[in-house]
Amino acid sequence: MKRYSEWFIERWIWANGIFSIAAVGLIFFFLTKEGMNLFRVYPFAEFIAGKQWYPISEPPKFGILPLLLGSFWVTLGATLIAVPLGVASAVFIAEVARGWLKEFLKAGVEVLAAIPSIVLGFVGLVTLVPMVKQSFHLPTGLTALSGSIMLAFMAMPTVVSIIEDALTAVPQTYRYGSISMGATRWQTIYRVTVPAASSGIAAGVMLGIGRVIGETMAVMMITGNAAVIPHTLLQPVRTMTATIAAEMGETVRGSEHYFSLFAIGLVLFIITFVINLAADYFLHRKK
Amino acid sequence: MRSMTRKMGVWIFSISLLGISSLWAKQEGFLQIKGSDTMVNLGQAWAEVFMQKYPDSSIAITGGGSGTGIAAILNGTCDIAQSSREVKQKELDEAKKQGFEIIQIQAGIDALAVVVSPANPVGQLTIAQLSDIFTGKITDWSQLAGQKGAILVLSRERNSGTHVYFLEHVVRRGNAGGPEEFAPFVLMMPSSQAIIAEVAQNSNAIGYAGMGYVNEKVKAVAVAKDEKDLFVLPQLESAKKGQYPIARPLWLLIRGQPQGWVKTFVDFVLSDEGQKIVQQMDFVPLK
Repeated sequence: MKRYSEWFIERWIWANGIFSIAAVGLIFFFLTKEGMNLFRVYPFAEFIAGKQWYPISEPPKFGILPLLLGSFWVTLGATLIAVPLGVASAVFIAEVARGWLKEFLKAGVEVLAAIPSIVLGFVGLVTLVPMVKQSFHLPTGLTALSGSIMLAFMAMPTVVSIIEDALTAVPQTYRYGSISMGATRWQTIYRVTVPAASSGIAAGVMLGIGRVIGETMAVMMITGNAAVIPHTLLQPVRTMTATIAAEMGETVRGSEHYFSLFAIGLVLFIITFVINLAADYFLHRKK
Repeated sequence: MRSMTRKMGVWIFSISLLGISSLWAKQEGFLQIKGSDTMVNLGQAWAEVFMQKYPDSSIAITGGGSGTGIAAILNGTCDIAQSSREVKQKELDEAKKQGFEIIQIQAGIDALAVVVSPANPVGQLTIAQLSDIFTGKITDWSQLAGQKGAILVLSRERNSGTHVYFLEHVVRRGNAGGPEEFAPFVLMMPSSQAIIAEVAQNSNAIGYAGMGYVNEKVKAVAVAKDEKDLFVLPQLESAKKGQYPIARPLWLLIRGQPQGWVKTFVDFVLSDEGQKIVQQMDFVPLK
């Protein structure tokens, strides 16, 4: 009896594993199939390097350079904010905080992960956007910077929990060795523990970036969505994700515009795939 | 054994839920109405009175933009589409290819208000000036008898019928196939409400929205076709008489000739009762 259930459970787990991989494969296949249709009627070079996004004009222009750069700026800003903060708080939680404080902070970071992005977007719209406008004397607070700050909050839980795991996994003997050599606690942290966990930290950063670049709702609400080629973080931008979300509802199945949104999805998929691959590489480098 | 029965109970419960929901979806007087954001509240008001009148019926209204509604009609996922723009030839052809005709029924008129901050001294604009503002030829209020300050230009997203109408009738000055485009730096806002909110707190902003959205926190600008013409404010009377230059018909779109509940609903909308609701919702009735 026991043997049968063992056999069954093994197969069941196997089927589940295969299923999730198959789902990813099918999604990729579908994106490629629909996205590639665009390049039958629209040259690929103009799609990737075109500076104008006018999908409903006659003739339409599907240049995604402003959208790519929009996503890039927002992600860059969010990374610049989230990484130092994330590393610092992970170090604090893993190395410094003890007892109830440690548990409290860990739980707090997890709660941050549970806030729906639209709620963060809404809060950002009414609090952060006017603040950005006033502090930088801008014509509008709907800028890449607002998006970056909000997305940094969204990336934090991922970054913090992965880095904290990596730090906790550093063998205790490393720390003892360092301290017995006469190093202070701070010296131990930044000369021994953090370098020892560097691959985990890199992976955390990468996954955080992956989370940011794919985020949609909050970005759409607070970045202004103007398809300009942005030069600073203080300009409105239009990201790839927001473009898909804002325009997908309108398109007729099988139209060029519809295919162009799939093509954007494909670009986005490839970018996040590469980022996740990099994270995976960093995680397994040591082994 | 006890957990076994509990599991069975959960199964039976969820299966019966499924059964109930499928029954509900097939209910006789169920109408799915989709489309124009401008018309969502109007549709909701019609539906409320209609459902009181015909307790057997049940109506679901969703927004998303006129383009969304037309796409839904073409994809067969709604019964009636609300649209604040006319159906394009391309879309009519697409319907014909699928073997049906899109019937367009005018249900009311909407006057589009151009709004600025009450603090802005500019009180009237010609269509040509508006076109220059939205295409980026005029970039500072001092060019328009206003105080010095860069103009912050706000538009609706591309899935909005209001966007398309404004593009064709104001930006392109009535020549729908014209070469003018919204300047790339124009902010694309996700809703009319968002435009009004931004204009209310920003003295250099200009935007547009249906007349029904104008409140005491923003100022509607009087508009004239050209300098020699009368400048007219968006009001019920001026729109009804056809004096206000940026007013547009509101449409109900149907797959083929209306039948059954769809016909009952359309007749109700066109009745005196339905048209009274149009006026109550700050739109312009047909009669």
